[in-house]
Amino acid sequence: MSLSVRIRKNLGNFTLDVEFEAGDHVTGLLGASGCGKSMTLRCIAGVLTPDEGHIVLNGVTLFDSKRRINLPPQQRQVGLLFQSYALFPNMTVEQNLTAGLCREKDRSRKKEAVGEMLRRFYLTGLEKHRPAQLSGGQQQRVALARILLSRPKLLLLDEPFSALDGYLRWELELELSERLREFGGPVLLVSHSRDEVSRLCSHVCVISEGHAEPCIAVRQLFEAPPTRAAALLSGCKNYSLAAKAGQTKVEAKDWGTVLECGRPVPDDVRYLGARSHYFYLAGEAGENRMECVVTRLIDNVFSTVVMVRPADGEIMESGDRRQPRIRLELSKEEAASLREGQRLFVGIAPRDILLFMS
Amino acid sequence: MDWFPLFNSLRIAAIACVLVFFAGILAAYYVARLNRVVKGILDVVLTLPLVLPPTVVGYFLLLLLGPRRPLGSWLEGTWGLRVAMTWYSGVFAAAVVAFPLMYRTARGAFESFDETLADSAKTLGLSGSYIFWRIRMPACRQGILAGTVLAFARALGEYGATSMIAGYTPGRTATISTTVYQLWRTGDDALAFRWVMVNVAISAVVLLAVNMLERSGGRGR
Repeated sequence: MSLSVRIRKNLGNFTLDVEFEAGDHVTGLLGASGCGKSMTLRCIAGVLTPDEGHIVLNGVTLFDSKRRINLPPQQRQVGLLFQSYALFPNMTVEQNLTAGLCREKDRSRKKEAVGEMLRRFYLTGLEKHRPAQLSGGQQQRVALARILLSRPKLLLLDEPFSALDGYLRWELELELSERLREFGGPVLLVSHSRDEVSRLCSHVCVISEGHAEPCIAVRQLFEAPPTRAAALLSGCKNYSLAAKAGQTKVEAKDWGTVLECGRPVPDDVRYLGARSHYFYLAGEAGENRMECVVTRLIDNVFSTVVMVRPADGEIMESGDRRQPRIRLELSKEEAASLREGQRLFVGIAPRDILLFMS
Repeated sequence: MDWFPLFNSLRIAAIACVLVFFAGILAAYYVARLNRVVKGILDVVLTLPLVLPPTVVGYFLLLLLGPRRPLGSWLEGTWGLRVAMTWYSGVFAAAVVAFPLMYRTARGAFESFDETLADSAKTLGLSGSYIFWRIRMPACRQGILAGTVLAFARALGEYGATSMIAGYTPGRTATISTTVYQLWRTGDDALAFRWVMVNVAISAVVLLAVNMLERSGGRGR
């Protein structure tokens, strides 16, 4: 493992307490806004000091509270791409890039390296421009080029696309994923978007309320998220309190039914989850099928969201958050015949039921 | 017309301005990073000369530097430096009164500085002095320049504290503002009026400079 992090920091309203390891690949730090992702990056880069813990990069201790080691950011060789890109507004593109080369003393070699970066990042012709004259995408390129010129051993990206709009975001994502592959070393990418993480990262570490879960492969996050928090961030929308109801059976307490899981159910199961596009409509009762009433139909651009509630469950006042609801996502054709108030059977395959102990 | 008061005023204001420039930036830079309580206390102390009547400042200065006071007599005894009733006593008065203007404008500029710029510079390996001179100062240029001009203008117009510590000796300690008062007191209204116009002209130029700085600040971003 090339990066090992264990840090604690009291941030007033909550405590950041993360522990994870990352290898020479792109690892996503996925979490809701304000969960401490950016703080984690700042601690690793050294611009923020954790209360305790250690940070080790390729065998070099960057920070260790017990051994009183705290390398200044200048000596860490950790590149941090800020959300705002943090280009120096008083300097031209060329000067900004040269600033990244401060460890190189030879002037002609500096010039050469900057020239090459300008070409590689399609910035030729913009040398004399100031950051304010550049588009968001160009600013990101300058910022990344500047960081790469400083020869970092670890790359940290803090929500690299949050300052860009839709189409440009997609373009730059493709470009960035190429560059990250070229970089070769460990990369941490902070994001609150599961889509971004699924496209750019091979591993992911879920952070919720300042606490990090162990790193897992990105595929696992979507196929078998280990916790409810991870499932939430992976986009799973339906949850029910759960209890073991047999060797392979689980009781969905909120939905008033027992479901077959097709695999042994752990004794301490607490929640179950199901993704909205894995539910299917069925004509009649059967295994893993619930009778439901359609409460709302919501049109998406390419699909329809169908909200249902269990048919024999208690009906609460509209807007009551305790009302058990299931959210289905169906194609427009499938949903075309549905009406609000209609009764129907909703089914889910055993393998599509996610079980969580926490 | 004897131009000595103009020369003396400019000389005092220029020297005071240089002193205040460095002292104000230094104070602003360190106060901007302090915690709220200490910052609040220091802020009051450093801004006091702006709101106190200049005569009160002059009184304090005399208390400190007067010939019969410890510091004043020590300076005169060991260095032969007479700090009261000389032209350079005016520098002390002007500097103390102008300091808060420099300090406050520079502090405002430092506080609105985006710290992520300094953080990203650190991760790139740039040294603290590079960050201060090449990134922080240029980013705060407008505020610092505006503060300097304001401090210069205030130093140039100083009357109260100057008249107390430097007095009015024609050809030795007379400044524009003390000259205007003396001329009016002795009934030479015509000459007083000419000095008033000189003063108005200088102030207008200074204000014009401040306005131009503010406008170019808006365009640079």
